[in-house]
Amino acid sequence: MTARDAESVDWIARAGTKAKGRRPDYFEDPAIDRLLSLAMALAAEVSVLRERLDTVERLLEAKGGFNRNDIESYVPDAAAGEERGEATRAFITRVMRGFQQEVEAMANPDPPIMDWVEKLSKE
Amino acid sequence: MSDLPPPYTALTRHPMLARTKHDEAARFNFLTHFNRYLSGVLGPGNRLAYDTRVLPDFQARHGRDPEHRYEIRDAMNEDQFHRMWSALKRNSMEMRQHNGRQTVLRQIDELDALARQFNEHSGMLELDPAIRQPDYQTAVDIHCQPGGYHGEERPGDVSAGANYDVGIFATTGGALGGLNDGGGQAVVSWARKARPDWHPKRILDIGCTVGHNAVPIALAYPDADVIAIDTAGASLRYGAARAAGMGARNIKFVQANGEDLSRYPDNHFDWVQTTMFLHELSAQAMPRLLAECHRVLKPGGLILHIEQPQYSAAMPLFEQFMRDWDAFNNNEPFWSAMHGQDLKDVMARAGFAKDSQFVVGVRAVVDRSIFPAAETEAQEDYGRAAVWNAYGAWKAAAQEMAA
Repeated sequence: MTARDAESVDWIARAGTKAKGRRPDYFEDPAIDRLLSLAMALAAEVSVLRERLDTVERLLEAKGGFNRNDIESYVPDAAAGEERGEATRAFITRVMRGFQQEVEAMANPDPPIMDWVEKLSKE
Repeated sequence: MSDLPPPYTALTRHPMLARTKHDEAARFNFLTHFNRYLSGVLGPGNRLAYDTRVLPDFQARHGRDPEHRYEIRDAMNEDQFHRMWSALKRNSMEMRQHNGRQTVLRQIDELDALARQFNEHSGMLELDPAIRQPDYQTAVDIHCQPGGYHGEERPGDVSAGANYDVGIFATTGGALGGLNDGGGQAVVSWARKARPDWHPKRILDIGCTVGHNAVPIALAYPDADVIAIDTAGASLRYGAARAAGMGARNIKFVQANGEDLSRYPDNHFDWVQTTMFLHELSAQAMPRLLAECHRVLKPGGLILHIEQPQYSAAMPLFEQFMRDWDAFNNNEPFWSAMHGQDLKDVMARAGFAKDSQFVVGVRAVVDRSIFPAAETEAQEDYGRAAVWNAYGAWKAAAQEMAA
């Protein structure tokens, strides 16, 4: 299914929603919090790429395949181009989550989590 | 076999489980290994930082040792290693949610349609729109799951339950088995050993979310009627469909609040179960709920709560601090206060006499040919390990209560 069929839910935009509850500041400089989120997401994507490449290698070994020139000259058709564009959009939301959720937090501020810890310990 | 976690694709594909594409599964694989690395390799760094610099610094400043886990927390939150470790762990939780939501929301039309089909035919779902979400469920999104257990992307959807189910493998490092039901399987295994000839007829599971731990009880006791309740309709819709898809027939998912079980008469159930649930309540809700448990439980019946160990005077403050991490960093705001209470006293005040109570240790029961054993004590991922305490009681029989 493509995103177009699921008209009522923009899955890429909605998947990155911030959880309610103020996020702790782990570092004095918020830029470090953002950069860490970005670096971790990139680390995950490199791991995913390696796993995908491993799949490709094993399938090629088992079934035979193509050469490097086929890769260089590959032109996606319209449907493949759409799928790849969607994948790129979803990828950007994963590595940029820390920044996007900071914007959400500015729009809907939460009290420090300690406020809730104290409240729920009494009520 | 190796003690590496199995690949995500080892999970049992029951009909309602969101389908993962190659890279979605690979993202969960990364997070599963990353979580093990954080707890196993980097986790001990917290203790080292505490022993070598945080504690000596505290002692120099105050002329005494810390007297409460919160004092350790304040001091550790100044330490650069602990900050980085916490930030990594928080990100890992957020990435698990992000990947789970991308996976689920891109196929939400199919999942909703399938759930509707199961639920219309099974008769295993009973929603009550009059049930409001308690404040302790809406204050923050528990586990950093956007929307919590009750949220919806559109009315009547199953996104909350589907996301919970699709990603818990990564959070627990694969320790809960192919159906993420290692907790429920552990309960069944314990009950069969404790009372081999026991045939409970009516069983109530409170705070069931998607029924991970209620379904194995229903399947193990096919002659029993199992009622699984939760306030979150969004999770129940998914849970009922999941159970139907797995072939369970003797379980019903009912939207209800455990603080008010007035729809059930006194002495009605043979067994009342909660699994990793009490810590998601509040100080006033927990005793109300336990009193209701006592009321609806038959004399001679079993009450059993699966939880992480309570903080006792015997538990070192540093361990209490580590076990408290989820309260402040993973949106579990009652976790700290709940584990600070003596659950035996709380249960006694709800009517379960102390001499009828017991505490036993249980470990997740999973297929060891695929899923490795839960972490050893030394590597324990505090608050996450598939090693729990069961706090239980056999309610006194009527003649003992009169005596």
